[in-house]
Amino acid sequence: MEAAAEPGNLAGVRHIILVLSGKGGVGKSTISTELALALRHAGKKVGILDVDLCGPSIPRMLRVQGKAVHQCDSGWVPVFVDQEQSISLMSVGFLLEKPDEAVVWRGPKKNALIKQFVSDVAWGQLDYLVVDTPPGTSDEHMAVVDALRPYSPLGALVVTTPQAVSVGDVRRELTFCKKVGLRVIGVVENMSGFVCPHCEECTNIFSRGGGEELARHAGVPFLGSVPLDPELTRSLEEGRDFIQGFPESPAFPALSCIAQKILNEAPVGLS
Amino acid sequence: MEEVPHDCPGVSSAQAGRGASCQGCPNQGLCASGAAAAPDPAIEEIKEKMKTVKHKILVLSGKGGVGKSTFSAHLAHGLAEDENTQVALLDIDICGPSIPKIMGLEGEQVHQSGSGWSPVFLEDNLGVMSVGFLLSSPDDAVIWRGPKKNGMIKQFLRDVDWGEVDYLIVDTPPGTSDEHLSAVQYLAAAHIDGAVIITTPQEVSLQDVRKEINFCHKVKLPIIGVVENMSGFTCPKCQVRVATKESLFLLKHRIHQPL
Repeated sequence: MEAAAEPGNLAGVRHIILVLSGKGGVGKSTISTELALALRHAGKKVGILDVDLCGPSIPRMLRVQGKAVHQCDSGWVPVFVDQEQSISLMSVGFLLEKPDEAVVWRGPKKNALIKQFVSDVAWGQLDYLVVDTPPGTSDEHMAVVDALRPYSPLGALVVTTPQAVSVGDVRRELTFCKKVGLRVIGVVENMSGFVCPHCEECTNIFSRGGGEELARHAGVPFLGSVPLDPELTRSLEEGRDFIQGFPESPAFPALSCIAQKILNEAPVGLS
Repeated sequence: MEEVPHDCPGVSSAQAGRGASCQGCPNQGLCASGAAAAPDPAIEEIKEKMKTVKHKILVLSGKGGVGKSTFSAHLAHGLAEDENTQVALLDIDICGPSIPKIMGLEGEQVHQSGSGWSPVFLEDNLGVMSVGFLLSSPDDAVIWRGPKKNGMIKQFLRDVDWGEVDYLIVDTPPGTSDEHLSAVQYLAAAHIDGAVIITTPQEVSLQDVRKEINFCHKVKLPIIGVVENMSGFTCPKCQVRVATKESLFLLKHRIHQPL
């Protein structure tokens, strides 16, 4: 039985959600960001912890790349991405001198930084902390699961795309979750069909059905499919607030539905 | 090398074997003696092994999911169309080995011979190696830290009997970490022709490509060029093309002038 952790900087965080995938490029960072935005729109205070040290995408998605990180007595102050200060973000992207600087670190050094990110960021009071991860089942994943274990994370959202080559890797990620005792909240299938903005025909560019099949095979909930939306891509390229700007998008209902499932499962009362 | 403690200062650090976190590590003696920081003998062994391999190409990307494995497979097939060209495809994505699936070789097993591991041959002139062939089930996860992954890559380069090869294509995972450093380190004495970097048109991919280019500069790895994948999509119903196709010239420009 593990000893209770010193609450420290995560004392004020109600629920922790990890976003994982065995596969690269399926949209973990996109889903993490959109989930955070959706939870914020439901009136919640959200933090995003980006532990992809080699490819930190989230600062740019939220248009805060290049911001400096300040220190306070309890550690690093996360960067607020909105005026209302309802979304805060920590990423190695903020610690780089130049945006093109490559973080060429081996495992042990990555582990050390991730431990620091978990214990030394002064998150304050948060309803949800969304933890975005790089692809794989290696150092970063073990480090973040170990560091978060004392705080009993709600579980993992596992992201896949429909095609077999993704599902193949994500099966392994589900095994990883089992092995390290991390509960799987459910599987999200991203890039699930492409709706042509011209004629609205939906084409399954990346095949179909893989995510649902995977969830069934692994005995975990299937949380929903998010279609491939070029407007979403454009919005993320330009760092716009997608949920606010594009309620007509085919991806919007899917993302809101996923967020609602999280809210139902792990409600946070009026603070 | 056995598992290392979480706070390992690194085998080539001045603190190797001497730091507080080294206590109890099975490799402490090795590090403290300085032996771990000495050049790995495998580098020379791999140099010898690679004497029968004419060209070595790394396929890289900072970004995941842009099509490195797809490209590597197509390149291997393309080169192997000439039956007089011997091609080898090595998949060093230890956690997410996609090559067996893409090449239609799922379920194949690797065999040992007197001269080492035999790659799986798709054609007489196209041999493939991946950790995927060493896993007994598609659900098996390779949950290894850096040092163990490095050990596997070393074995792939040193212990696989590649034979006479014209082109060795090395498919890598996304990022700039252990696998990439190890591939470059172990092949240091064997001369790598260079790297092909794969990207998609989006800025989110390009920002990782710039990092990958800097990685190549850092480790003195020549860059053969950049390939743009998933350049656009034409709707099969209305034939309208959706994403804009960047010309390679524009792409080169965007790589050096971020948005």
